[in-house]
Amino acid sequence: MPPPATAPSVRVVTLTIDGKDFSARADETIIEVCRENKIPIPSLCYLDGLSVWAGCRLCLVEMAGQSRLYAACSTMVAEGMQVSTDTPRLRRYRRTIVELLFAERSHVCSVCVSNSHCELQAMAQKCGVDHVSVPYRQARNQVDSSHEMFRLDHNRCILCTRCVRVCDEIEGAHTWDVMGRGSDCQVITDLARPWGESDTCTGCGKCVQVCPTGALVKQGTSAGEMVKDKHFLPILARRRHAQGATHQ
Amino acid sequence: MNIDDIDELAQKHRDKFAGIDTEIRVCMATSCQSSGAPPVLEALTEAHKAHGPGTCRVKSVGCMGLCSAGPMVAVAQTDAPPSEEVLYREVTPHDAADLVASVGGEPVARIRFPTDAPFFTRQQRIVREHTGIIDPESFTGYVAVGGYRSMVQALTEMTPGAVVAEVTTSGLRGRGGGGYPTGLKWSTIAKMPTGQKYVVCNADEGDPGAFMDRAILESDPHRVLEGMAIAAYAIGANKGYVYLRAEYPLAVDRVTTAIRKAKRAGFLGNHICETQFNFDVEIRLGAGAFVCGEETALMASIEGNRGQPRPRPPVPAESGLWGCPTLINNVETFANITPIIREGGDWYAGIGTERSKGTKVFALAGAINNIGLIEVPMGITLREIIEEIGGGIPNGKAFKAVQTGGPSGGCIPAEHLDIPVDYDSLKTLGTIMGSGGMIVMDETSDMVDVARYFMEFCMTESCGKCVPCRAGTQQMHALLDLIAKGQGTHKDLALLEELCEVVQATSLCGLGQTAPNPVLSTLRFFRNEYEEKLKAE
Repeated sequence: MPPPATAPSVRVVTLTIDGKDFSARADETIIEVCRENKIPIPSLCYLDGLSVWAGCRLCLVEMAGQSRLYAACSTMVAEGMQVSTDTPRLRRYRRTIVELLFAERSHVCSVCVSNSHCELQAMAQKCGVDHVSVPYRQARNQVDSSHEMFRLDHNRCILCTRCVRVCDEIEGAHTWDVMGRGSDCQVITDLARPWGESDTCTGCGKCVQVCPTGALVKQGTSAGEMVKDKHFLPILARRRHAQGATHQ
Repeated sequence: MNIDDIDELAQKHRDKFAGIDTEIRVCMATSCQSSGAPPVLEALTEAHKAHGPGTCRVKSVGCMGLCSAGPMVAVAQTDAPPSEEVLYREVTPHDAADLVASVGGEPVARIRFPTDAPFFTRQQRIVREHTGIIDPESFTGYVAVGGYRSMVQALTEMTPGAVVAEVTTSGLRGRGGGGYPTGLKWSTIAKMPTGQKYVVCNADEGDPGAFMDRAILESDPHRVLEGMAIAAYAIGANKGYVYLRAEYPLAVDRVTTAIRKAKRAGFLGNHICETQFNFDVEIRLGAGAFVCGEETALMASIEGNRGQPRPRPPVPAESGLWGCPTLINNVETFANITPIIREGGDWYAGIGTERSKGTKVFALAGAINNIGLIEVPMGITLREIIEEIGGGIPNGKAFKAVQTGGPSGGCIPAEHLDIPVDYDSLKTLGTIMGSGGMIVMDETSDMVDVARYFMEFCMTESCGKCVPCRAGTQQMHALLDLIAKGQGTHKDLALLEELCEVVQATSLCGLGQTAPNPVLSTLRFFRNEYEEKLKAE
């Protein structure tokens, strides 16, 4: 395996995160520096190895001297930057965003195959969501069980598009995409055909492994049985990028 | 080609119509067409033929402004200023013979509309100087009124740096709503390393009640192309796109024709006017998504991807279309360039207020007597616009509020009517200049219903990418619906306010960040209307 390519002459900067000093390469994002230094920063769409989506808005941070918030996943570090990742205001916003996700579709943990292995569930616990203050929308969504190995349950989907990105950027199949607008958005396989009929799906299962919730699961799993494993992703991503392929 | 050559071309066009001293101009823009202009044009052409050609001709032109009185026809001396033309309202094919007969004699009093009314006299026309006068489908007609002269002047007599400096001096700010200084934007892109750069005209006008850009494109399309070409020369671009919404078929037709004719005449394409400057323009049709007016979503759409925004930075000026520096300006911004080059930046900076220069086109709509398009200098008060130019509220009703800025804006109540209309003053009232939609509401309007309407718009137009906008607008709409139906409680109102704050602070793009504005502004000025609708818990 060739060593990861390093860009020539990248500067190193120092910045402050939650009052502590850190050094970082100028081409790193705030979330990368936080992960590297074990600073907890919540996110549901960001995944090391995939392109940045900036859709979940949970990784928003405050920046000294700025009134607007910045998404840690899409903001590059800069010299002298002063970042706060955990303020009462941010905690309140994060909690509301997680509540909005819970109310948007049907996330019933007790009967979900991903129960206790679910990133949304863990996020809710971390953000202190003990109840949901916004009304549940109770939209009825389809389940696609047409694939011989996997199942797609739109009721559990939070539209983080990790599946879309891993399929396009790592597997190279681009089976997944998003259709529709607003709350009608749905992840689809090919041109909204049943997954089992897809001619592009290679059946690799990467989408299932990176899915944060019980939206993409293995067939034949029962409540709480779906354990996912994402350790392959950074390794594969580094190899792909080293070969100069599909880097975004 | 130099300035003398283009003046000669203009003279040729005038010579062609040397025997004509009077024009019967028929508005053939969308709103007059929908109120019956095509048969009027046909009848006038027939009547003119029957009457004998004489020294008069019938001409189809663009928007005359007073859309509520369409179809509009003007009879004017060829070179006379618009104030001296005789204007007719709600013309029918039966009036054709009388109109043709009246040329050179007494005007037809029964359908005449006075041009000394404040609607016309209080306006200052810069962007719309030729709309309603020239034939939008005629290339030489545009040249005859001085068209493409600014472009030739820039190409042959000015350096790109001098063009940027002139625009910077003018103080022009982006007319799409943001109000970003145009000169600053141009100079940023001009300073990016030489290489592929793009110019994009944002014609994805989607605010409810706004139709300024449509009228400009339908009435004077070459003006926008000329502005784009000057911008391309200034920043060093050779390719442009007009991102035009497909719901404007007439504008698409007119711009397509304009591009074709300008290319044929050598005013677009390679070696424009025999200089080393190349600039090609293509139209890209929007597929009906409001969010594609947001510049990063617009670029994604041009590239053939799903129209949804991405985080900034990088800004388009740095990394835009296909990663190249890209200049994105609104239709009206480009339409302002030609006069700035012609008259100079100092002249333009003399109009308007300290921090908002020039004029602004507004689309007056709603409960107002004169519905249509107006162009006024920045700094005019809302009262002057509504009471004088707009002619007040119909049916003896009282004014209640005016909504500016569409779904990203807010409502201004009667007590603030004396505020000057400029970017900064409107902001202090919790609304924005926006692209120029102005919806006037009378006392019968229900403000909760207004907020609900705009929230429904944002909800259905959210692209679905980020959670607060996708799920938040849906929740806010449901709460507004509950309150509007009299089923909401104080708890619901508190939750609505909380959601407003979260969606505003956390959304990815401007659509979500400004979606709560109509709610916040109606809550600020009309909170009692919300509270009256709440039921006891």
